[in-house]
Amino acid sequence: MEKAKNDIHKTGYGTYVLIWLILVGLTIATVTASGFNLGDFTLIIALLIAAIKSGFVINIFMHIKFEDKIFKVFLGLAFMTLLAVFVLTSFDVFFR
Amino acid sequence: MENADTASYVDFYHAEGKHKGILSWLLTTDHKRIGLMYMCSMMTFMLIGMTLGVLMKIEMLTPGKTIVSAQTYNAMFTLHGLIMIFLFIIPGLPAIFGNFMLPLQIGARDVAFPRLNLLSWYFYMTGGIFAILSLFLRGGPIDTGWTFYIPYSIRTGTDVILPLLAAFILGFSSIITGINFVTTIHRMRAPGMGFFKMPLFVWSLYATAWIQIIATPIIGITIILVIIERLFQMGIFDPALGGDPLLFQHLFWIYSHPAVYIMILPAMGAVSEIIPTFAKRTIFGYKAIAYSSLAIAFIGYFVWAHHMFTSGISETSRFIFSLLTFLVAIPSGVKVFNWVATLYKGSITPGVPLLFVMLFVFLFSIGGLTGLVLGSLATNAHLHDTYFVVAHFHYVMFGGTVMIFFGALHYWFPKMFGKMYNEKIAKWTIPVIFVGFNMLYFTMFILGYEGMPRRYWDYLPKYQTLHVISTVGSWILVTGIIIMLVNLINGLRKGPKAPMNPWGGKTLEWTVPSPPPVYNFEEIPVITHGPYYYGGEEEK
Ligand code: HEM
Ligand SMILES: [Cu+2]
Repeated sequence: MEKAKNDIHKTGYGTYVLIWLILVGLTIATVTASGFNLGDFTLIIALLIAAIKSGFVINIFMHIKFEDKIFKVFLGLAFMTLLAVFVLTSFDVFFR
Repeated sequence: MENADTASYVDFYHAEGKHKGILSWLLTTDHKRIGLMYMCSMMTFMLIGMTLGVLMKIEMLTPGKTIVSAQTYNAMFTLHGLIMIFLFIIPGLPAIFGNFMLPLQIGARDVAFPRLNLLSWYFYMTGGIFAILSLFLRGGPIDTGWTFYIPYSIRTGTDVILPLLAAFILGFSSIITGINFVTTIHRMRAPGMGFFKMPLFVWSLYATAWIQIIATPIIGITIILVIIERLFQMGIFDPALGGDPLLFQHLFWIYSHPAVYIMILPAMGAVSEIIPTFAKRTIFGYKAIAYSSLAIAFIGYFVWAHHMFTSGISETSRFIFSLLTFLVAIPSGVKVFNWVATLYKGSITPGVPLLFVMLFVFLFSIGGLTGLVLGSLATNAHLHDTYFVVAHFHYVMFGGTVMIFFGALHYWFPKMFGKMYNEKIAKWTIPVIFVGFNMLYFTMFILGYEGMPRRYWDYLPKYQTLHVISTVGSWILVTGIIIMLVNLINGLRKGPKAPMNPWGGKTLEWTVPSPPPVYNFEEIPVITHGPYYYGGEEEK
């Protein structure tokens, strides 16, 4: 509990605005990248940018960075599931 | 221990609350009342669904038109599927028995978020009402089948968006329940109750809750995408606009396969409660059963494309998904063997709930094994989209989950209502249900094997005999179910008072009076034994 109390003050409005600007920047990057024909990499790059964006949102906006370990474990589990689902889907998409 | 017969306590039906009359239900935060509200609404939907099923079977008595037009038939199987899946069997056991029993079984006074719990019921009702409303809108009742497959679902003139929204809202209800249960199980267990001293029903609710939390958002997003596609023709799924219709099938089944484990896992949990109670013996392989729930939940995420073998997905993925599908049989087998081992040399009382469990083991085994037939690539090509599939999923969902729904109802009825039903009549409904069920659905295996496609209103004359047997079976089955329900209602109205622990169960819900007081436990119990302790050495 002590730990949580101290952490509340860690993120100020400045950080939130900064993260928001980064997110806007990355969105522009996604839109720009979709204009080029990168073949099979189109998908991977789009997913990569999306992953970075969600990393910021989850850690800062959703405050997971400052939470107990158990929440990180749960989130990690959900993330691994999602990853496995992507890999399995790719066996269809890339071998069709 | 206090005695149920002493009048020294006020049960939750009669306790003074902030509100009176109907409001004491609609504004309640008591997990027991919420469980009962779910029960009333869900049983209503179940009866509507069954009526539709019986009407469909009457239509199939003769080739061509018997009572309804082809278009009406399409709407009927869609609605039947939607109601049974989204309004009955997915919320099913967790929302009713989970809500009522979870806090009791772990020695808590309520769930972690009682208000959120009430909200989930309102979401559930909103979803249900949307689904019903959509029948009376412009396009008429939806006719896509409960699977909403693209491209038909963006082309059909019937109203698709409102039923989709209904499913979306029902998804939220499901997620909220999941979050509530995970938090409750982590934070509110009685002192001394480690994870491995929890009743197995609680374990199954825990595994189920994780599926609800992780898988349900996917159907939510998919639904939004279909609505966008239908309204704005974006070209996400529609092949005519450059979209990928298989993408929809992937997304749909990434949720809907794990969803079948949302349906069956809590039922398996209830089985693990009923068997030790009626065998008077601790459960065999407690940890194996607990872990197999998690294993089923986990593997269940990675088999979804077995619904798509004939859809044109890649050869590689067909091979992989067929293999993964076979893996699910292992943890399921672990459970069945442990149940049988528990019964072995037990001192068995053939009570009504145990008879329902027997019915379940028999019917679910047929359903599960025919699942493997469908999971093999070669046989799947022959059987896909035939009545074989219809038979298979009724055996697992109806023969599996719904039979245990009935079993759990008979098991916990005395606790929930403080009354007993007539056990003799209840026992007699079981053979009736057994005969009706197998006549209704076993014929469908043969029909499908011989080539009768599912979702067809018309058929060749050679299929008629089997269809007639099947239809007569549906009447027998429904007769059995009606007798069962009337018997329960009679018990409710004028049954004798139920004792605190009619079956000799060992879990905590049997240590409080029937029906329980508002806050369940006068004093929170301290746990020293495993949940099914009948004396002797305990498994480590
Ligand atoms: C009285 C009981 C029931 C009867 C007579 C019945 C009958 C039927 C029939 C005739 C069909 C359509 C077959 C076709 O033309 O393809 C069907 C489909 C279906 N049933 Fe049942 N059923 C009953 C109970 C249940 C239960 C309890 C569940 C689930 C818990 C269920 C779930 C479904 C689903 C998901 C479909 C597929 C709908 C679709 O194709 O979109 N049914 N049922
Ligand atoms: Cu499946």
